[in-house]
Amino acid sequence: MIHFVVHDEGDGVGVVVVEGIKTGQEMIGWIMDQDKEIKVEAKNDIPIGHKVSLRDYKSGDTVIKYGVDIGKVVAPIPKGAHAHVHNIKTKRW
Amino acid sequence: MAMDLSKASFWGYKRENGRIGVRNHVIILPVDDLSNAACEAVAHNIKGVMAIPHPYGRLQFGADLDLHFKTLIGTGSNPNVAAVIVIGIEDGWAKKVADGIAATGKPVCSFGIEMHGDHDTIMRASKMAKEYLQGASELRREERPLKDLWISTKCGESDTTSGCGANPTVGNAFDKLYPHKTTLVFGETTELTGGEHLVAARCRTDEVRKRFQFMFDRYQAIIDKHKTSDLSDSQPTKGNIAGGLTTIEEKALGNIQKIGKKCMIDGVLDKAEEPTGPGLWFMDSSSAAAEMVTLCAASGYTVHFFPTGQGNVVGNPILPVIKLCANPRTVRTMSEHIDVDVSGLLRREMTPDQAGDALLDCMFRTANGRLTAAEALGQRQFVLTRLYESA
Repeated sequence: MIHFVVHDEGDGVGVVVVEGIKTGQEMIGWIMDQDKEIKVEAKNDIPIGHKVSLRDYKSGDTVIKYGVDIGKVVAPIPKGAHAHVHNIKTKRW
Repeated sequence: MAMDLSKASFWGYKRENGRIGVRNHVIILPVDDLSNAACEAVAHNIKGVMAIPHPYGRLQFGADLDLHFKTLIGTGSNPNVAAVIVIGIEDGWAKKVADGIAATGKPVCSFGIEMHGDHDTIMRASKMAKEYLQGASELRREERPLKDLWISTKCGESDTTSGCGANPTVGNAFDKLYPHKTTLVFGETTELTGGEHLVAARCRTDEVRKRFQFMFDRYQAIIDKHKTSDLSDSQPTKGNIAGGLTTIEEKALGNIQKIGKKCMIDGVLDKAEEPTGPGLWFMDSSSAAAEMVTLCAASGYTVHFFPTGQGNVVGNPILPVIKLCANPRTVRTMSEHIDVDVSGLLRREMTPDQAGDALLDCMFRTANGRLTAAEALGQRQFVLTRLYESA
């Protein structure tokens, strides 16, 4: 069973694709472009569609998804944590 | 194995100008807000014709008025429309719209309300509407090659599942349709922000790239002039954010999945402009669902692919909107709105090729006459794009 998907193995975040992910749960991820599996432990409850961090980020880092810059980190994000509007912001507007 | 499209065909209505429609609507088209009631009364009198009311058309000027006329004329000219009754408060502008539609050769006439009032206008327009409806009801579908189908796309209430499931499914279908000389379009200018370099790289020639960049920069200048943080929860929308999308860049990269991996951008259109040949076109447009779909219909597109994540319910009066979704929760909670369920992609139960084929299968059935969920539910948003304030 897949709990989250990752577009590219260079990406720093994955997308949770099942409902009800709880803190402490071990999640299996599918890296689509390379067709590989990885495992990450959830550090927060993460709703379906929301992102899980796949590495430790510090403020000012750039987040990569689809192999492309999707914004800047504005609060530290440990691996396995919920990555969203409270810790990532656009660089555009 | 992927669907073989080399001999694919569909059943459509051949119009006077040679274009092929997949619907056979007789529409009652108001030029302005003041004519909505008369149009709706005609549609009430004559069963089977459709009024498409809207709130604009008064005291617009310059490029904004030009776009208003272009959108109305384009809507009436769309091959999904068999015949048109135009009603305006003044007969001059009603005639202008009707004359524009008449260039297609289809039956069209116009009425002005001033000097007649609603009652007399409704009576005369109803008599013509009855003639047009009975004429249209005798038209028959004929078998046509796939290349006669014009297909548009725009996504809405996207979430992260759009970027990994529903949008790549449209991309897979576009990559399969492109070699068969179909006419395709995508748009949503601001929603390419963060991925505009990827779109520019897909432009077939430097000239196309320059025109794309011009359209992109023109729209960014409007955003820069009025911008607020995250555009006041409009881009991304609150629904996008609730669905897990965080930044405009992330949303844009998901959006761009709709143009697949192989097809090239052959040309750039301004809003409601008709393409001049087959291929993939970029149309400068709003990213608001109904505005963009209305512009696609006005440009002459006859079938629309609409991927959604959180569940946008949009439809269009004349353009069948096929909804596809990869979010299992949306498929469960809003099933009546979804035509193609591709949530299997995210459980690894479905391959991208299978998802693309499922969408193409729905496209052929829709083109042959099957009503989409949006049509069955009466979702008929007709939303005209405004460029600036009225005078």
